[in-house]
Amino acid sequence: MKKYLLLGVMILAVALCACKAEPAALTVMTHDSFVVSDDVIAQFEKENNVKVNFLLSGDAGSALNRAILSKDAPVADVLYGVDNTFLSRALDEGVYEAYASPLLSRIPDEFKLDPQNRALPVDYGDVCINYEKAYFQQHNLAIPQSFEDLTKPEYTGMLVTENPATSSTGLAFLLATIAEYGPDGYLGYWQRLKDNGLVVVNDWNTAYYTNFSGSTGKGAQPMVVSYGTSPAVEVVYAEKKLDESPTASLVGRNMCFRQIEFVGILKGTKQRALAEKFVDFMLDKAFQEDIPMNMFMFPANSNAALPREFTDYVQVPEQPAALAPEAIGQNRDSWIEAWRQLILQ
Amino acid sequence: MNRRRAGRPALWLLPLAFLLVFYFYPLGRVLALSFSQWVSKGLAGWNWAVVRDAVGFTLYQAALSTLLTVLLGLPAAYLFARFQFRGKEFLRVATTLPFILPTVVVAAGFNALIGPRGWLNLLLMGAFHLAQPPIAIQNTLAAILLAHVFYNLSIVIRTVAAAWEGIDARLENAARTLGASPFRVLHEVTLPLLRPAILSALLLVFLFDFTSFGVILMMGGPQFTTLEVEIYIQTMQFLNLPLAGLLALIQLAFCMLITGTLIGTGRSMDVPLMPRVRQENLRGARGFTEKIFVVGLSAFLIILLVLPLLALTAQAFFIQSEAGGWHFSLTFFRQLFLNPRSSIFYVPPITALRNSLLYALAASSLALVLGMLVALGASSNSRLNRWLDWLVMLPLGTSAVTFGLALFLAFGMSVSAPRWYPLLIPLAHALIALPFVLRLIEPALRSIPPNLKWAAATLGASPRRVWREVELPIIRRAAATAFVYAFAISLGEFGATSFLTRPDIPTLPIAVYRYLSLPGTLNFGQAMAMAVVLLVVCAASMFLVDRLQLSFNIKEETRKHA
Repeated sequence: MKKYLLLGVMILAVALCACKAEPAALTVMTHDSFVVSDDVIAQFEKENNVKVNFLLSGDAGSALNRAILSKDAPVADVLYGVDNTFLSRALDEGVYEAYASPLLSRIPDEFKLDPQNRALPVDYGDVCINYEKAYFQQHNLAIPQSFEDLTKPEYTGMLVTENPATSSTGLAFLLATIAEYGPDGYLGYWQRLKDNGLVVVNDWNTAYYTNFSGSTGKGAQPMVVSYGTSPAVEVVYAEKKLDESPTASLVGRNMCFRQIEFVGILKGTKQRALAEKFVDFMLDKAFQEDIPMNMFMFPANSNAALPREFTDYVQVPEQPAALAPEAIGQNRDSWIEAWRQLILQ
Repeated sequence: MNRRRAGRPALWLLPLAFLLVFYFYPLGRVLALSFSQWVSKGLAGWNWAVVRDAVGFTLYQAALSTLLTVLLGLPAAYLFARFQFRGKEFLRVATTLPFILPTVVVAAGFNALIGPRGWLNLLLMGAFHLAQPPIAIQNTLAAILLAHVFYNLSIVIRTVAAAWEGIDARLENAARTLGASPFRVLHEVTLPLLRPAILSALLLVFLFDFTSFGVILMMGGPQFTTLEVEIYIQTMQFLNLPLAGLLALIQLAFCMLITGTLIGTGRSMDVPLMPRVRQENLRGARGFTEKIFVVGLSAFLIILLVLPLLALTAQAFFIQSEAGGWHFSLTFFRQLFLNPRSSIFYVPPITALRNSLLYALAASSLALVLGMLVALGASSNSRLNRWLDWLVMLPLGTSAVTFGLALFLAFGMSVSAPRWYPLLIPLAHALIALPFVLRLIEPALRSIPPNLKWAAATLGASPRRVWREVELPIIRRAAATAFVYAFAISLGEFGATSFLTRPDIPTLPIAVYRYLSLPGTLNFGQAMAMAVVLLVVCAASMFLVDRLQLSFNIKEETRKHA
């Protein structure tokens, strides 16, 4: 027993040594999907003589929740990843300090949802329905062009979506239907979807890898609520080189919900100057051009060039669904509750 | 004896302190926060019907899952306790492997097997010319039950088999000689002797099913709401801490009630037994019925537990071409070692493996030491000790979301905290593993006839020596099983880890999830490859522990005979 105890103490000691004290550090709280190339971040660290630590704190919602719960004694200096579906919660809770970065001039106004510049737009992307091209070809099926098409009998049982209470893609899709049918009409539409054999699962993983017929999982539904960039990701992460993506997106009017992701300086930071530099860095060209192939989102900075995979394989909706963040903030919980009552009963 | 009893507080003081600091203090923090928000903002979203339904379904599915698991587990425990057959070691390890697998991976395994285009469905459709897949259990209660049995069967097998091996077969033989039917022997001799072990297994399985999260979420689907799922939604989506805290309290109250009842029942059933030499009761199957039993049950266990593992392993090695054929490839494993986008968070599989193993080793050693201390301290029947025995079980019945959030609130609220997160991971794992260690060691310890210890003491052995030479050798088997479990729990733990992990020090399950967060054949394949690495490493460590234990026993035997 003593041996075990000794072993345990030794392991703890080794673990302790592994996390030795570091010099001037900036902590960035973000969601699990955050990725950046090491040379891009190394450049920033070198120029500013700082070590950047990333705190990956679950999905966008839980990262924000952690920032809110710790706002009296912030654990990080910068929070990146709050999107327009959670923006008003972040602003209402007052987690950010305002910062009018000079680089905002290179970002189109349509993305600047906070006039006080507490939350600055970094990137955007669309949540769209993906479909398996081969399935539609083999079955000689027309591609649905609108939300209304999805309720037609030829598409019975073909769509899988995610529960908006447990999944951000599910929430985005719900919001798209609200943008199209309004707060009074969306439940009627969902009732018709439900009657047409809609399949609902709790998370994107299950929807894409278990239910979607176009993934490795070979599921039963040829349409899945995913991202507009997913067809490009299928090409980038194909097992062998593909000339064409096996999937594509439905980009009809209001059918895609546009997510905009924001960065902000956390209130109470002791590293205000460094935090400002980091926000500038995130909005500047090097980081912005690194976003697409790592996080598969579009850079907000209009000067940033897009990689070939994006121009070739991503369809951009002409009219993505949009709702004011305040409206989302005020009604999100009740919209989700009403949806749960209708769909899950 | 008096001297020992006086020394006992020293034994359980350390585990109690550990529990206070790393469980009750954080939990208190999160509940205090919920309560203060309740006072300031009020309780929004309270819906009695929803809560009642959630409580009802949580209990219903947990009871049903537990019942199924125990009913299937008892014959399997008999198989392992009484028979020697080819491939037994393999089967023993294979039954424990599901335990370590993240739910996404298990879901993928089941999907490859019984999904709409899974092997079994294709096979059946081909054989019987069916147009629709005959097995369709996605998003049904059946899927939840199947997954729970798959995950927890080994708890029953290992816990009960360990006790069954210790029962003197001569007791059963004597009853048979006296004319009792096999059923009567089972009913009046074997089962009463096994009851403490069965209750232990029952309690562990129930707590797991009661707080199960991933299985309900991914296999069950949105129409099934348990307390755990509701706590998650209220916390993560609505940030409604008053309601989440209230639900967590309700969950905890039920967990306390059930744990208290089962522990209380278990204690009154102890029968001291002369310890038997390991493997003395083992024999080959004799006669037609026994052979059918051994072969049939092994086949059943392989279908239930090994086939899904094989299915996911196949997905790591075989790639489906567009024409529909499959070809063997090591691409996914090779890709694990590459970082094509030079991501700062890329971690080579070997490093993730090392992290996981280090955490698991630290967590299981800690859990074993603490568990031993509680078991020794609590084996006397004083009221305080019974309380402690009961408190230790609670982390297993606590929502992982609540516990993760609690650890964050208690220890994560300073800028330097992230540096310490890696230390908290093995501590959290040890808390979750502790109930297992205790439930395995305690019955073994209490089954030791006191006269053995008295005899040793009369012969002049000090309490320490009695412990070392009488108690420890007897409970070694239970301790080894406990260690394996603690190790497996730590290797597979995801919920609390995801709250504490640092991107540069991920564990294997965290790495698996990371690959599955993007579409693409390559990402899926790499996740499966990573899961296979996890499986192989875990299988190897379990073989090692089983072997060490065996060789130790053989050494003991030869020493005795010499």
